[in-house]
Amino acid sequence: MQGDSSSQVLTVRLADLTRARTRRGLSSLPSLWLLGPSVFIALAMLVPVAYLALRSAGASDSAWELLFRARTAWTLGRTALLAVSVTGVAVLLAVPLAWLTARSDLPWRRFWGVVSVLPLVIPSYVSAFLVVSALGPRGLLQQMLEPLGVERLPEIYGLPGATLALGLLTYPYVLLTVRGAMENLDASLEQSARSLGYGPWRAFWHVTLPQLRPAIAAGALLVALYTLSDFGAVSLMRYETFTWSIYQQYQSAFDRSVAAVLSLALVAMATAILVLESRSRGRMKYYRSGSGASRRAGVTRLGRWRWPAAAFCGIVASLALALPVAILGYWLARGIAAGEALSPLWSEARNSLYGSVLAALVAAALAVPAAALLVRHPGKLSRGLEFTSYVGYALPGVVVALALVFFGANYARPVYQSIWLLVFAYVVLFFPVALSAVRSAMVQINPRLEEAARGLGLSPPKVMARVTFPLLRPGVLAGAALVFLVAMKELPATIILGPLGFATLATAIWSASSEAFFARAAAPGLLLILLSSVPMAFLVVRLRSPEGTRT
Amino acid sequence: MNEAVVECIGVSKSYGPVAAVCEVSFALRQGEILSILGPSGCGKTTLLRLIAGFERVDAGEVRVQGRVVSSPRTHAPPERRHIGMVFQDYALFPHLTVAQNVVFGLRSASDAERRARLDEVLRLVRLEGMGGRYPHELSGGQQQRVALGRTLAPRPVTVLLDEPFSNLDASLRSQMRQEVQHLLRGQRTATIFVTHDREEAFAMADRVGVMLNGRLVQVDTPGAMYRSPTTPEVAATTGVCDFLPGVVEGERVATEAGRLLWTSTGHLAQGAAVNVLVRADDFLVMPNPHGNGVVASREYRGDAMVLVVRLPSGTTVRCRQGPYSELATGTQVTLAPSRVQPFVAYAKTRDG
Repeated sequence: MQGDSSSQVLTVRLADLTRARTRRGLSSLPSLWLLGPSVFIALAMLVPVAYLALRSAGASDSAWELLFRARTAWTLGRTALLAVSVTGVAVLLAVPLAWLTARSDLPWRRFWGVVSVLPLVIPSYVSAFLVVSALGPRGLLQQMLEPLGVERLPEIYGLPGATLALGLLTYPYVLLTVRGAMENLDASLEQSARSLGYGPWRAFWHVTLPQLRPAIAAGALLVALYTLSDFGAVSLMRYETFTWSIYQQYQSAFDRSVAAVLSLALVAMATAILVLESRSRGRMKYYRSGSGASRRAGVTRLGRWRWPAAAFCGIVASLALALPVAILGYWLARGIAAGEALSPLWSEARNSLYGSVLAALVAAALAVPAAALLVRHPGKLSRGLEFTSYVGYALPGVVVALALVFFGANYARPVYQSIWLLVFAYVVLFFPVALSAVRSAMVQINPRLEEAARGLGLSPPKVMARVTFPLLRPGVLAGAALVFLVAMKELPATIILGPLGFATLATAIWSASSEAFFARAAAPGLLLILLSSVPMAFLVVRLRSPEGTRT
Repeated sequence: MNEAVVECIGVSKSYGPVAAVCEVSFALRQGEILSILGPSGCGKTTLLRLIAGFERVDAGEVRVQGRVVSSPRTHAPPERRHIGMVFQDYALFPHLTVAQNVVFGLRSASDAERRARLDEVLRLVRLEGMGGRYPHELSGGQQQRVALGRTLAPRPVTVLLDEPFSNLDASLRSQMRQEVQHLLRGQRTATIFVTHDREEAFAMADRVGVMLNGRLVQVDTPGAMYRSPTTPEVAATTGVCDFLPGVVEGERVATEAGRLLWTSTGHLAQGAAVNVLVRADDFLVMPNPHGNGVVASREYRGDAMVLVVRLPSGTTVRCRQGPYSELATGTQVTLAPSRVQPFVAYAKTRDG
């Protein structure tokens, strides 16, 4: 009973579980301490959906008619188109960047390794706004080119602009998962392909890439779902998606049930994407079962492609990171030059950090048992849990926030208008980010290690504490850092759910830029980017250091 | 002394329609080494996992020192069984040093006890001074010894080894085999190990159990297992063998290689058609221009020459001769029994 039949063993476990629950067995897997937190998180994720269902049930017929109008189908098509194009751009940017920074002799490889991930820290409303101000009509680029007689630039509003802004922001999701997978690939697989007569490119295409497929799919899932929920970029790019329609309904119409009905359609779309992703995952086994040290892949020499490759990294980094930072800096300087008073942002910064750190800790802590359940006990139950956990992520922040206002005001008075309800919202919104990071670390842990620990007398919670968690730590840290990052940027939930007078950097940027005080938005924007970059850079460096990888 | 350390009574386990382990019963005595021999996929690893408590039994009981640990109604978790298991891929904790791996199972011990036991175990597995290394800094044989040391450190009532030497190269394998056997015997630890390598099973074990298609077909001492396998399948699993067709005539069987004394575990009637089990060492090959056999091919093994002798019916018999045998391919020969013990005969089934 070796090798391929072990997956069979795992699938059979769930049958064991259902049988064991009816007996008085001493141990039944998965135990309550795995199931409890997982069920809690699934229920939390379902709060917004339940709210939407409740609202939709009370919706008038006209609201439902709206859903079946031609315009809704048109919006649906545009949303799907954007999701596909953004995901495509993200994958096309991320896979070469991952390979270059993980496996080649790119000049300043470590530097690019850190920088290529950092665009994740830039909020979409900032990025889109900067793309417009730089590349839009009468923008910086045009102003610079005006002396040269350039009157008009190509239109950047609409699909191209939204795709560019979102693609540049979200490709790091794919980059992180793919690079992690690449660093853990067994080099002997690629080497055997080479010895079977495959050139380096064909070996990558036929052996490495199929192995990266689950990682690409996991990152692409986050990108696609994020695109569904994004409001900042699409509104500034004037590209109408479902989320935009939902916002407009909330802002303009009395009838919130219309927005609820539209949101349910968004949930359906997210479900379709989830089904696609789980289909692509297949039945592969990812942990290495061989003995001894794993063979790390060597560095591929780029030869004369070294400098073009570095230029590629440079272009992506300057568009996604350097340009926004430079423009913010330029505005800040211009504002100071114009005598703008620089108000200290201590309390905003502290509030941002406080809420985001709490959210990161809670999400990462819940992601550990949930990932253990998903990986060690696959089956209908865990798939259901996973599905629901992604739903919150696909919903726009405003929908989740309003659902929680309703929930908090009616059922959870003590936490209503406290930081805890806001943290709860962050967790609902961003849990899958933590989960996917922890899960990809989990699948690489050989289950024999846990069995060995149990054979040596440790109970399941102790096995988790002494074996699983230490091995999982890089994944947990990565998950927490990512949640921290996205929570720092989150705007609608913060505005709606924050305690009274709870100003964060994100809300400071928003209030300044909505009043068109660009110079005043620059300072909190730069501070937000700086504060988010520090843990991110630390994480990337640490995870890649010899101490972190123990090679 | 004779109390069973581990006892399986009618243990069964199936995955959906596939019966992985089927009504397995045996008892392991104190200090005994039992090997379970079988081809891959026969259910031997599942049997170990059932004993260790990583899988639940569908039927039957597993008892450890008389206490029921597995039955369809009860299931003691692995951590409460005091059974040590060494995994095929060792499952060393990559984030812990050798020393931390070894003391991993010693949780209730005091620091002093733990240190003493660590020194003792490292000496036992000959890894003194290696305590600070990480598993990936060790060779395959050293990793194996760490795995064994980690398993032995908490003094388990029994040790289970899953294909313990399959990840080692041939020269290291025989060395580790001796070392591990010596170590386990010295500790008087009751041991079960599974393997598909019959040489390994015979060399290390007090008793060998042959497992085929989920069933433990026969448990016997290595010698008895080799000499009198109860079924032709067991015979084929335990060593090189050929079958000579024949007919029972009194206390002899008439075959193309002469009239041979026979024995059987079952009843064989006068005139019954049988297959006689022939091991490679059972016949001497003698050149004889009038003999009914012919040397069909030769296989030089260094320490022996294996001649394949074809008989008139087309049946071939492999015969191991001294390495200096000069008999060329095509030589007419006769076969003469080289043993005085009777041959094992099996009633011929319809298809064989």
